[in-house]
Amino acid sequence: MADGYRFHVDRTAILTFASALGETNRIYWDEAFAAETPLGGVIAPPTFAAASAHWNPDYGLRGVRQIPASSTSEPRPAPGAGGGEAAPEGGGIANFLHAEQRYEYHQPLRPGMALEVRTRPGEQWTKEGRRGGTLHFSERVSEFRDGEGSLVMTATSVTVRTSQVVESP
Amino acid sequence: MTAEAARNPRVGGSDLTVGDEREAVVVENLGRTQIVQYAGASGDFNPIHHDETFATGVAGYPSVFGHGMLTMGLTARLLTDWLGDGVLADFGVRFVSQVWPGDTLTARARVRSIEPANGEVRVALEVVTTNQNGQPVVKGSATALLPPAL
Repeated sequence: MADGYRFHVDRTAILTFASALGETNRIYWDEAFAAETPLGGVIAPPTFAAASAHWNPDYGLRGVRQIPASSTSEPRPAPGAGGGEAAPEGGGIANFLHAEQRYEYHQPLRPGMALEVRTRPGEQWTKEGRRGGTLHFSERVSEFRDGEGSLVMTATSVTVRTSQVVESP
Repeated sequence: MTAEAARNPRVGGSDLTVGDEREAVVVENLGRTQIVQYAGASGDFNPIHHDETFATGVAGYPSVFGHGMLTMGLTARLLTDWLGDGVLADFGVRFVSQVWPGDTLTARARVRSIEPANGEVRVALEVVTTNQNGQPVVKGSATALLPPAL
């Protein structure tokens, strides 16, 4: 996490991502259509940065995927194998929920971009859950920069670790 | 930062008024296939979203449930369909309730403020997506930068 990684944006990944959202907007796949707009070409949907997980060697929820290799060079167990003990930062993955996500955009993500992603820890706080148990929130801030070092977007993710299964954080 | 980001607005700032609202059904009867599609596209293979045995037996949920980020992505469709492509300056949500297979989600956005910003118009919106029972699943906000007029 400390060293960052490179996120390669390509048209197939954008197409696949937009498809999964049930998108009908041609700006995400139709190059001829997109070229006629002020954007001048295909762009990615607003939440596409989620797919940077594919390029993050330390991503904890990667299934059987072994590439790119983890920066710690330890093989990553598939989440769920062995009772779901593959969580980042310890604890079962079933006890982690995504609580909040924010994006700040400076320019759209486009095919061909190779973005340097660096993540730093943000704030941490706790809250008593409505159904009992303490909720531990932690924030991670990722900056996406282009080859010239310009900030393209910032993603802030808040996860919550629960001491038990909860309906909502 | 680039000097001037290209945008493809669908509406001009002067066409909007504080209180203007838009809503759209962003998914009807959410299928497990779509959840799996999103897992593949995003790379998030947390088994809680696709492995029923894990979700019910190990994690103790009534079934698998959709990624929060899937709901956020679906919610973004309302914003881009209404306001345009590449116009968002920020977008953030809190995931307040789980989205289950079979859910139908309606996203709503409402204009909260409109102000000039360097020759453009900065439009702040509040956003909420609810399920078929009227229960919010995500709540958040967004800001769009639009030309004064198209």
